[in-house]
Amino acid sequence: MGSGLASFRHGIHPGEHKAPTRELAVQRMRFVERYLLPLSQHLGAPSRAVVAVGQAVQRGQIIAEPGGFVSTSLHSPVRGRVASIGPQRLPSGAMGATIEIVADSFDAQRLALEPAAVGEIGLDELVDGVRAAGIVGLGGAAFPTHVKYRVPDGRRIHTLVINGAECEPWLTCDHRLMLEQSHAVARGISIVATAMGVDRVLVGVEANKHDAIQALQAALRVVGGGPPVQVVPCQVKYPQGAEKMLIQALTGVQVPGGKLPLHVGVVVNNVGTMAAVDDWYRRGQPLIERVVTVSGPGVSQPANLMVPLGTPVRALLEACGGVAPDAALVVMGGPMMGQPLPSLDVPVVKGTSGVLVFRDRDLTPVQEFACIRCGRCLEACACFLNPSILGRLARKERWEAMEEHHLMDCMECGACSFTCPSRIPLVQQFRVAKAQLRRMAALKKQRGDA
Amino acid sequence: MPGLDTGLVLRTSPHDRGGADTPAIMRDVVLALVPITLAAVFYFGVAAVLVIGGAVAGCVATEAFFAPRGRRFGSVKDYSALLTGLLLGLTLPPSFPIWMAFLGGVAAVGMGKVVWGGLGHNLFNPALVGRAFLQAAFPTAITTWSPQGSRELAVYASNLAVPFMKAPVDAITTATPLGLMKFQGTGTPLWNLVIGDTPGSLGETSALLILLGGIYLLRKRAFDWRIPAGILLAVAVFAGIAWAVAPATYPSPWFMLGSGGLMLGAIFMATDPVTSPMAPMGVWIYAAGIGALVVLIRLWGGLPEGVMYAVLLMNAATPLINRAFRPTPFGRGRKVKEDSP
Repeated sequence: MGSGLASFRHGIHPGEHKAPTRELAVQRMRFVERYLLPLSQHLGAPSRAVVAVGQAVQRGQIIAEPGGFVSTSLHSPVRGRVASIGPQRLPSGAMGATIEIVADSFDAQRLALEPAAVGEIGLDELVDGVRAAGIVGLGGAAFPTHVKYRVPDGRRIHTLVINGAECEPWLTCDHRLMLEQSHAVARGISIVATAMGVDRVLVGVEANKHDAIQALQAALRVVGGGPPVQVVPCQVKYPQGAEKMLIQALTGVQVPGGKLPLHVGVVVNNVGTMAAVDDWYRRGQPLIERVVTVSGPGVSQPANLMVPLGTPVRALLEACGGVAPDAALVVMGGPMMGQPLPSLDVPVVKGTSGVLVFRDRDLTPVQEFACIRCGRCLEACACFLNPSILGRLARKERWEAMEEHHLMDCMECGACSFTCPSRIPLVQQFRVAKAQLRRMAALKKQRGDA
Repeated sequence: MPGLDTGLVLRTSPHDRGGADTPAIMRDVVLALVPITLAAVFYFGVAAVLVIGGAVAGCVATEAFFAPRGRRFGSVKDYSALLTGLLLGLTLPPSFPIWMAFLGGVAAVGMGKVVWGGLGHNLFNPALVGRAFLQAAFPTAITTWSPQGSRELAVYASNLAVPFMKAPVDAITTATPLGLMKFQGTGTPLWNLVIGDTPGSLGETSALLILLGGIYLLRKRAFDWRIPAGILLAVAVFAGIAWAVAPATYPSPWFMLGSGGLMLGAIFMATDPVTSPMAPMGVWIYAAGIGALVVLIRLWGGLPEGVMYAVLLMNAATPLINRAFRPTPFGRGRKVKEDSP
């Protein structure tokens, strides 16, 4: 709106902070000694380990298979030996079953690269291949990608939306990937669009990545094939990269509340996911590494790195020259929705888009004031909820009333908390409320079953 | 790794906050009122300082008295009491007794805010509650207007009236432009309204300076521009209709816009976020309601001025408006449809 660029209504404009890493080409991170691969680093059922302690593994070898349809495979990022399989600390703070691999030799770790497929492939081949390659949404949510391709009977996907918005401040991993691997992204798009038989592909990129838009357009011209692809510059606004917001910006269609993009004939994939699909198709390479932006005021040498999955965050930060003496907060992901890390000994996982380090002085002391009903949160909320009322209800622990005010539609983007002049931790309260409501629903179901 | 082995800060996202916080917004509104306050001193002399000071003292003292007594009563530090006092003082006549101004301040914060539960919980604009209290308690004093140009007098005798004694009456009184209009059918040149060279309350004289304050607030994003825009538009439209029908009986819309407390009310009173609706559509309804009520009271009511009651009435309607104009959640509008399977 206003700018003439594609966008959604409402939203906020946080400081971009992309300058430290936007010009830095992706560098390959050295191999380290020890890798931690949680069996549940995607949404859905955990994977099932198919290796035993002490077993030697090759780089790219499958070490865990999907634990169900909504699940995926897991591969070793290095040549080495399985040191242990057991609970380890996850980025969320919880403990989870993890395969620990000790690397054999730090260099000369090559993959036996052979194309996984040649020529046009069908949907079944795509679904099976993507599942076997362990590919999940690389935007951050890590939803198994093949599940999105297998739509229920009677549904048809007519539009493939590719998410290159990268609306989270600080992060530049998708930006660099679009620039440096534009051909891989374009080929991935062509493979998926052809296999799914969509009518068109829309690629949404925020207008602050003009070079990426041009690179993608050039690559798409070279690659060709499949349905028409259009790269659409989007307004620089948070949360432009939220799935439903991006669909509205690019197609003008709202996904009905409580429904999925497939209900309006759309599937959304991240640009990184497209490059991963190409890696699998052309080289048979499963998802064993990803681009991670290491940045923030507390890191010595900000960088965009190609990081083997399972690399401990401590090793990653050491590779970036360490952290400032007063570093205090390490966030996995972006500053708006990222996960504060409980420890540096948690690994980089499939959904890790960035690791940001903040110092003591970067953390604004949060003094809370009374809500003055200014309505800023209403105009920030891209879901068109009323965070002010929800916040008041949360204080009184009136969870059911919050549900009536469509709390469950909240995607926890944090725009309300960001904009609140009284610094009320709105989205934080909403997370608690949603957890309470889920617990209550589970209890009710249990009683009903009994 | 040095620096991080001593323990990590754990706090949930978002890890960044944007925009001014609540005290900063209040401070911006106070700053926007500075030129108007200085103009009041310029036109009315030390009397302006005394009256405004009395009102501010009443508000801040009341806030300071109650603030430590309840966890939600806010704090003097958030500038809200200072702002209420300043706004109240600016709505009072220059010759108003200081002790009454002080009492008005006590009523504004005490009855307008504290009894509701403190900042953010009140239904009515506290400054206008204070003024309504004074209007009810001291109807004569609050409608006694002194002429400008008596600047050298500096202080009016009535300013220093002893509490609860019969106030000395200034020999010279005059009528405001709206009073002249209502009771004598005389107009006032527009230019005088713009620069504020007319009798009236301390802060409602210069439309120009009030507009400047509004522009400052707009730039600072400290208020919802829809409110003053909607009010002024509604007044212009409704007053314009009346004027077009009977130009001899009713004043021009320009006069209506520039006179009395309309500018001050539209830009500084009606925009109080606590007592105005939240959703944009509700805000337009609220603003249009105030504009219509102002015209209604001014042209056909018993009082020459109607801004205060117009704002208070629409304050009362705000919870209703908030309920009626809830935003429609994304994807839950009536027109939103999924593809037929």
